[in-house]
This record gives sequence, structure tokens and C-alpha cells, in this order.
Amino acid sequence: MSSISREDVAHLARLSRLAVTDEELDRFAGQLDQVLAAVARVGEAAVADVPPMTHAVPLTNVLRPDEVTPSLSRDVVLAGAPAAEDGRIRVPRILGDAE
Amino acid sequence: MTGTSSDLTRVDVAGLSRLLSSGEVSAVEVTRAHLDRIAADDGRLGAYLHVEDDAALAAAAAVDQARATGAELGPLAGVPVALKDLVVTEGVPTTSGSKILEGWLPPYSATVATRLAEAGTVLLGKTNMDEFAMGSSTENSAYQVTRNPWDTDRIPGGSSGGSSAAVAGHLAPWSIGTDTGGSIRQPAAVTGLVGHKPTYGSVSRYGLIAFSSSLDQAGPMARTVLDAAVMHEVIGGHDPRDSTSIDTPLARLADAAREGAAGDLRGVRVGVVRELGGEGHTDGYEPGVLARTREAIEVLAGLGAEVTEVSCPSFDLALPAYYLIAPSEASSNLARYEGVRFGLRAGDDGSRDLDEVMALTREQGFGPEVKRRIILGTYALSSGYYDAYYGQAQKVRTLITRDFGAAFADVDVLVSPTMPTVAFPIGARVDDPIAMYAADLCTLPASLAGLPAISVPSGLSDGLPVGLQVMAPALADERCYRIAAALEAAQDATRGHRLLDELGAA
Repeated sequence: MSSISREDVAHLARLSRLAVTDEELDRFAGQLDQVLAAVARVGEAAVADVPPMTHAVPLTNVLRPDEVTPSLSRDVVLAGAPAAEDGRIRVPRILGDAE
Repeated sequence: MTGTSSDLTRVDVAGLSRLLSSGEVSAVEVTRAHLDRIAADDGRLGAYLHVEDDAALAAAAAVDQARATGAELGPLAGVPVALKDLVVTEGVPTTSGSKILEGWLPPYSATVATRLAEAGTVLLGKTNMDEFAMGSSTENSAYQVTRNPWDTDRIPGGSSGGSSAAVAGHLAPWSIGTDTGGSIRQPAAVTGLVGHKPTYGSVSRYGLIAFSSSLDQAGPMARTVLDAAVMHEVIGGHDPRDSTSIDTPLARLADAAREGAAGDLRGVRVGVVRELGGEGHTDGYEPGVLARTREAIEVLAGLGAEVTEVSCPSFDLALPAYYLIAPSEASSNLARYEGVRFGLRAGDDGSRDLDEVMALTREQGFGPEVKRRIILGTYALSSGYYDAYYGQAQKVRTLITRDFGAAFADVDVLVSPTMPTVAFPIGARVDDPIAMYAADLCTLPASLAGLPAISVPSGLSDGLPVGLQVMAPALADERCYRIAAALEAAQDATRGHRLLDELGAA
């Protein structure tokens, strides 16, 4: 089984939107390598013909009538947002200067 | 002793219910007794993240007023309760033990909180936990350390360690915990409590802050099996707001506990799981834990149960499978903390774009264990690794479920220790994730298969509580309560008092 390098951790952290520090990268790489070695034991199981289990409850397509039901008011939702302006959630810019 | 006030914190829920219904005590007296005890003792234990104080007294006063006007009240009206801090409560701070939700006031309540409120219970406060329930000792809380009332240098278990410390420390008569890989059962075991993880899908997950959605279940933590069963009956049952909720009526759980306490287990077939502390599988298990487990099984046999050994070979792979599945689901569930809609936002100074703000918010808001699990889960779900890790873990999950199925063809319940050791010292495993994860060894199989499992005290080892785990087939939660109540009643009778009484009055 593969091991997890400092560079792997940096890449995964970027994918996970975590601005980890250099000190964290050093620490996590060592710890995650250990954890990965331990969990890689799942590879020992003989499971060629075994179906995967995603869930303990065999339910599919739970439906409800397509009717309007009460929902949270705009003011209540905005009160929980980190920044709001003009009745809307304010977000940081999503496009770069050149775009 | 401060008179009646401190006595009321030592009465179990069944007793409080009688005192309140008969009018011998008021809801305000019961609530005030608990708030006083919290004020006096929680500095030492660190069980609560938030205490309701005046709001709790107001809710209690409303119960008393309703009773005075002759209103028909349920048997639990005026009984206080504590909720683990991942149970969302409208207008009451809810953090899931994380800085990313510091100061957030939820705009709605979880179904379990609503059902407890409708039963007339009084919310005392929200209890500490490992951040997003990721941990086995409550040391991963972003806020504070919680201490075990039996020995304050030791952990109270986790992730529901604030709940276990509160109930064992008499700062609440009972509490809601949640269990993803053992987070109700393991803290109950190390603090001398009863903790039950219901069948997956039998208690609503609506309003529980998600960690690993295919595993998370809420359940009762209490001082007696009967109290746990009563709480389960209040919170359980179908909820259309949770699409994984099972639409089947609950069994009569309190009746099962009463039946068990009567002490007749003739005809009950008990299987002892060899892979969980049996011959050839004792590495990491403390001798005292194994001795209490053997004695508890002898008690069950003495009550008429037929005891056999059962082998479940795939249980050896439960730990690696769990620590792939849970982090994978967590990495997806925790994507919602993006610093936009609610919770923390960091670094939004006008110069940074959304991606940078998101990464800074998550870096600042999440603790180390949460980051480790997000990174591990992202890895396990990556293209090229998916089949070897997440896919393989899902197949192991099938094998574990099949082992349970084969075992339950021959026996009615399975038993094991709840945890391989007693509570370990605070700090002992905090820098060693693998050692920390080993605390969940016995509780993980039932979690992965979605089965009900209870932890009930089996005695002390070196002065610290040990728990026996009783596992049952899906939707047969009543068997857990029956067997646990039989053990509890027999041991209480032999001992002459409850195990928790040995903790002594403060």
C-alpha cells in the first residue's frame, strides 16, 4: 500500500480548502502515514464477490407530497450569516482582478 | 449537603417523576438543585459548554404553573435534561465542540430536542464533546477539558464526555448523547452509566450536526437502565424530516427493562464474542476489564441465560473499516463549513477572494483531529485510491454485517466488554491517534452494521467503572434493555446499592 507524503498532505489540504501551516504539514504527514498504515489492513479481507454496504437501512426514494411547507424566514437566516447586506448574505469576491 | 436541594440531584429520573407528579417537589426546586450543583461543581468537571440558568428556571416555573392550574401533564414534566452540544437547539448556543460554530444561535431545533421539550423536560444546558464528535476522550473539544467524576485526572470517555461527566457527576439526571463509533457506550462505560445506541434509523437525525451520516445515532445516557429506556421511548420513532428514519413502531422498551429487572433470563441465548476479548484476542484488554466481563456473564448465566461462545472473524477489521468510512463521510459533511452562510468567517478583509477566505476560515475554525480526518477522508475518496480504501471498507462492512447475521441465527444477543480498558489518564493518548482509536475497538462492529447496543456497568477495576456491551439484531433494542436490566438488578442486589453510589455524595 502507498504511503502519504508531505506533498500529498499539502495537495489534499488544498483540495479540502484548509490553509494548513508548515508545522501542521510536518505533523500531519507523519500521523496520517501511521493511520493509513493501520487502516490499509482492510486490504487483507477476501472480498472479491462481496457487495459494498453503504448504509444499514435498505431505503430508497423517500418521497413526500410536493406541497409548500413552512420554512425559515429571510431575516432569521441572515441573522446567522457571518455578513449580511441589503437583505442578502455578503460574500467575498469570487472573481480575480483580471477577470 | 445543602438540604433537600443537593438530595434532588441524586434521585434518578423514575424517582424525580414520582416526586414531581405527586407534588412533593416543584419543577423549580428540582431545576434549581441541579443549577446549584452545576455552579458548585462544574468548574471541577467541565461538563457543560452552556448552562441555561434563568431560562431553565422559567421553563420549570411554567411546568409548575401548568400543574397548579390542573393541566394534564406527562410523567416527565419538570424533569431536567442535558443535551450534547451537537443537538441543535433554537436560540440556544450550539457549537458541536468547534470554534467554527462559536456564537452560532440555531434557527430551529432537532427532533430529539423538540420531543423532550414536548414531554415537559427542562433543558439545563449543552454538554462538552470532542469537536464534531471526532474522538474518544472529549480532549478534542475546542473549548475545555472534561474530567471523569471517578478520578478527575482521567478522561470521561468521548465523544459524549460532557454528557457522561454531567450525569455521573450528578449535574444532570440524564442526557442525550450521540454515537457514531461508540460515543454513547464508551463514555457511559468509563463513568459507570447506562448508555444505549439505538438501531440506526430508529431515532431521528434531524437537527443533529452531522459527522458520519451512515453511522450517527442519538440515544440516552442515564444512571439506570429503566431511565435510559424511558428516554429512548420519548425520542424514538419515525420522523418524516429524516429520510433514513425507519417507519416502524418502537418496541416497549421500559417494559422490557422492568421485565429484565425481574431477573428471569431462562430461554435467553447469550453469545460471547471471541474476537472482542476472548481467547487469542486479549491484546490491549486489561485483566480487570476481562474479569468484570466474565463475572457479568456468570451473573447472566445464573439468571438462566444459555451462554455460548460465538466467533465473528470479520470484527478484527472493524477498526480499519470504520476509520476509512467515517473520515470519508466527514470530509463530505464538513464541506458545509465554508464561512459563507453561517458560523465563522476569517480573513474577509476585502483583499482576499472566496477561496482564500474559505481556506482561512476552515484553518482557523477546525482543530487538528478534524483536519486530520478531513484530509484522510479526502484521500480515501480520491480517484485511484477509492477502490483500495473506501470501496474495500464498504465491503468489509458487508462482512461484519454477515457475521452478525450468522451469530444471531444461534443466539439472541451478543456480549463483550464495552471498552478494552478503564478510563485512561488525560493526555495519555492525545498525540497518538492510533492508540486513541483503539478505545472504540469493541463498539465499532455494531455501529458499522447499524445494530442496537447498550453499555451497562459490570463493576469496578482499580476503582474505575467497567461496562458490559449487549448487542442485538436491528429493531430488537428491547433485548438490550432486558439483559442490561437483569444484570443491573442482580448486581445492585448483591452489592446492596448502585455502583454509582460508590462515587459518594459531594
